[in-house]
Amino acid sequence: MSLLLGALGMGSVLALLALGIFVSFRIFAFPDMTAEGSVTLGAAVAAALLVAGHDPVTATAAATAAGAVAGTVTGVLHTRFRLNGLLAGILVMTALYSINLHIMGRSNLPLGEAQSFVTLTGSLAARFADHDGNVQFMGRAASAQDLGLFIGAAIFAGVVCAALYLFFHTRIGSAMRATGDNPQMIRALGSNDGMLITAGLALSNALVALSGALLAQYQGFADLQMGIGMLVWGLASVIIGESLTGSGKLGYLLIGAILGSVLFRLLVAVALRWGLDPADLKLVTAVFVLIALVAPGMVAQLRGRLAGGAPNA
Amino acid sequence: MLEIQGISKTFHAGTVNEVRSLRGVNLTIDEGSFVVVIGTNGSGKSTLLNAVAGTFPVDTGSIRLAGKDITRWPEHRRAALIGRVFQNPFSGTAPHLTVAENLALAERRGLSLGLGRLLPGGARERIRSGIRALGMGLEDRLDNAIGSLSGGQRQALTLLMATTLRPQLLLLDEHTAALDPRSADQVVRITDRIIARDRLTAMMVTHSMQQAVTYGDRLVMMHRGQVVLDLRGAEKSRLRPEDLLQRFEELRRADLVDAAAADMLRRRYV
Repeated sequence: MSLLLGALGMGSVLALLALGIFVSFRIFAFPDMTAEGSVTLGAAVAAALLVAGHDPVTATAAATAAGAVAGTVTGVLHTRFRLNGLLAGILVMTALYSINLHIMGRSNLPLGEAQSFVTLTGSLAARFADHDGNVQFMGRAASAQDLGLFIGAAIFAGVVCAALYLFFHTRIGSAMRATGDNPQMIRALGSNDGMLITAGLALSNALVALSGALLAQYQGFADLQMGIGMLVWGLASVIIGESLTGSGKLGYLLIGAILGSVLFRLLVAVALRWGLDPADLKLVTAVFVLIALVAPGMVAQLRGRLAGGAPNA
Repeated sequence: MLEIQGISKTFHAGTVNEVRSLRGVNLTIDEGSFVVVIGTNGSGKSTLLNAVAGTFPVDTGSIRLAGKDITRWPEHRRAALIGRVFQNPFSGTAPHLTVAENLALAERRGLSLGLGRLLPGGARERIRSGIRALGMGLEDRLDNAIGSLSGGQRQALTLLMATTLRPQLLLLDEHTAALDPRSADQVVRITDRIIARDRLTAMMVTHSMQQAVTYGDRLVMMHRGQVVLDLRGAEKSRLRPEDLLQRFEELRRADLVDAAAADMLRRRYV
């Protein structure tokens, strides 16, 4: 039960990361390496502020804003200085490594007794718990703390998802979707595609940093290495979500990214329980994403051959 | 009114791939004039349109449109004055957005975007009636992704998008060249109808001699980055495809003579 709730809670926190990756990767078709740095940036800013005694709302908001700044820098490097998108992201990611170290002061910063969203939900959940700290959930006893965290994180992800859905149906949000589709058209309609891409990357990295800030509070510490592999992790969630919902509609894709993140976390939790070496986790994730990206094309090619027609790939 | 004065453009200057695409083009187009631009491959006709649209900065000369000097304006700023349809049907629309969403974005061409809803109540009906006027039966496909439509349908919609807000200038860059003959004919007819209805100032590049003689009130022929023929009024309306083909043949012969002369000079003096 605690394994399930832990995975659900963690999956919901990382759903924000998946939504951020969805914005950069799927809406703008931009492989944004900045994300790996801004996860840690969000965690570092939030942790540093919490330890310094600031309230969780301020700390989390500041972390989100820091992510937006990181995304803006990548966007400016790419659109103003015509740097290759991948390289622009890598530069900012590398620079963030030092910046994060400065913010945290050391490579691992525990939150200790500092007040955070986790301690807040904990004290809220304790009101509903019995004297063992448990509540009844789906007919079983569950830790009120874990359940509270899951519900809190899920609500958070749901609200962000709804806000994104509304945003991408505004004029500027729709123009962003069109920019990822066809920047030439957006220029011909009088919008500055560079500005839209930069704003999109800022939004994406704000979400990623928000996820990092919540992750730090969830885990109880910020770590300099916590961003490594996060881009692929988010991508895996997005891809799972796409196959879960099987629709190209924006609303389904957004919900899919959240469900994908939770499901992927569950799969990982189960795999680790069955004896997967944690050291192999990133390798397995990378191979999974590779297969998910390549398989649909291979299947189509195979089908074409089986049907006797020439493969049109 | 569009005033092009002495614009020139050289690509890859100073390298072996140097191409002098425009060599001092002067062209003034009156308000409400529909100019057909023809020319051989590499004559600079598409480059001329792109120079006006702001795809690249010109090396020399100036471009004025509707009384404004737009020579230094970036592409997206010029788009407030200029509507465009491209040769490639994929260039003018965002494939994953619906027909209605594409047109709603076009209704904001050159205006600030803001956080308002893209499709507020009433927008759909307005868009639907605009599409109905195309007469292609697309008014029932408002919620289809535009990428699911055929090239001809997309070009017709791009044309509608370019003219939804009345542009000071409409640029059509071989916008029927990638279509099958029937769709091409349909799209060019719609084009002519919209230009006449809204009294638009337009430049249309075409490879079709038939289109060149049938449409427009003025014809400009480009060759080697310069305007070599400029016909209007009665001269334009009397024009037949054979006349144009003969002109092209003359240009080709002149080029051959030039090349032969250059070759002779090289052999004698180098």
